[in-house]
Amino acid sequence: MGKVQTKDLLKQFNLELIAGEEGLDREFIMSDISRPGIELTGYFRYYPKARLQVLGKTELSYFKELTNEERIDRCHRMCTDVTPCIVVSRGMDVPKELVEACNEKNVPLMRSPYKTTRVVSRLTNFLEAKFAPFTAMHGVLVDIHGVGVLITGQSGVGKSETALELIKRGHRLVADDSVEIRQEDYDRLIGSSPQLIEHLLEIRGLGIINVMTLFGASAVRSHKKIDYVINLELWDEKKQYDRLGIDEETIKIIDVKVPKAIIPVRPGRNLAVIIEVAAMNFRLKRMGVNAAEEFSARLTTMIDREKDNIPLDIDMD
Amino acid sequence: MKEQKFTITDDTGIHARPATLLVNKAGQYESHIEMHYNGKTVNLKSIMGVMSLGVPKGANITITAEGADEEQAIAGIAESIREQLGE
Repeated sequence: MGKVQTKDLLKQFNLELIAGEEGLDREFIMSDISRPGIELTGYFRYYPKARLQVLGKTELSYFKELTNEERIDRCHRMCTDVTPCIVVSRGMDVPKELVEACNEKNVPLMRSPYKTTRVVSRLTNFLEAKFAPFTAMHGVLVDIHGVGVLITGQSGVGKSETALELIKRGHRLVADDSVEIRQEDYDRLIGSSPQLIEHLLEIRGLGIINVMTLFGASAVRSHKKIDYVINLELWDEKKQYDRLGIDEETIKIIDVKVPKAIIPVRPGRNLAVIIEVAAMNFRLKRMGVNAAEEFSARLTTMIDREKDNIPLDIDMD
Repeated sequence: MKEQKFTITDDTGIHARPATLLVNKAGQYESHIEMHYNGKTVNLKSIMGVMSLGVPKGANITITAEGADEEQAIAGIAESIREQLGE
């Protein structure tokens, strides 16, 4: 996670810089946003000065009712050394006292044409994403029929080769080798590629290939929610692999539990097809159709029926 | 060839989970192992085959094993069945 500076906001959003240009390098240390209404009345004891400040219609119309001295006082106290920026919404006129204070203290003052609630929610989303818990995993992230599948496994087990086959079959590569994962909200994991290796795939014997130039824009995507983890491992004769798929295993990434399957690798197994079908079956399960459970119910019915057919004379021998 | 008869006492019969255990056990041996029930014969190493019989509680089944480790196979499977399914 890189640091978030005030100038990043300016780039990202339709904001107009009005004052305090020298403070554009200021850094955000939290994602919270403040609307300093109470502070305008002169109560600064709990002023969250390190937060982004948003002034809406309510705040500014109250501000107009203050005396000249009060206005200058409030503006100076709002502009602290750590305040990353002040945003005025609705494209409203900015009071000259505020412009002066911002220029003097080098606090960037910006204006947005949108309504306050909209500004607050968009800025919050942006900052939350920047401050989200973050990790990186060794694996390949592919979008298969809309299901974000993270393929993990030891080096050399065939993750990249499988990804290549999946791309050939029309699916999309998000990241190869290293997947950057951030948690949004409390239940969503978003995976993306480190910028340096975006769209690239490393295949033993071929070297680095560019999937986007080779296969076109439809073969890649920049980020994807991780729905399913598939772990490839070399076939272990002694280990018992899932035969029915009734139980669902999970793996915890950051704070989120993701369904997981272990697929044993053996020469001659077409992994791409198996993973593709695993993703399709995952989708089907989420839509309420579970083949393993249906089978189990069918078996129960059949066993019940068989029970009545057991001839009494051979029941106890 | 070794052969042993069992009676299933588990309430659900040979359902998915016990079938999995049985098949996994059978898979550990070299011998060719079969289960006979109601005139039908299936390979005990094939899970779909075993479950397709739909063996209920009270049923009598016969397990046969043929191969180098048939003794151990029958003993091992008998143990599995006694633990999970019947006698």
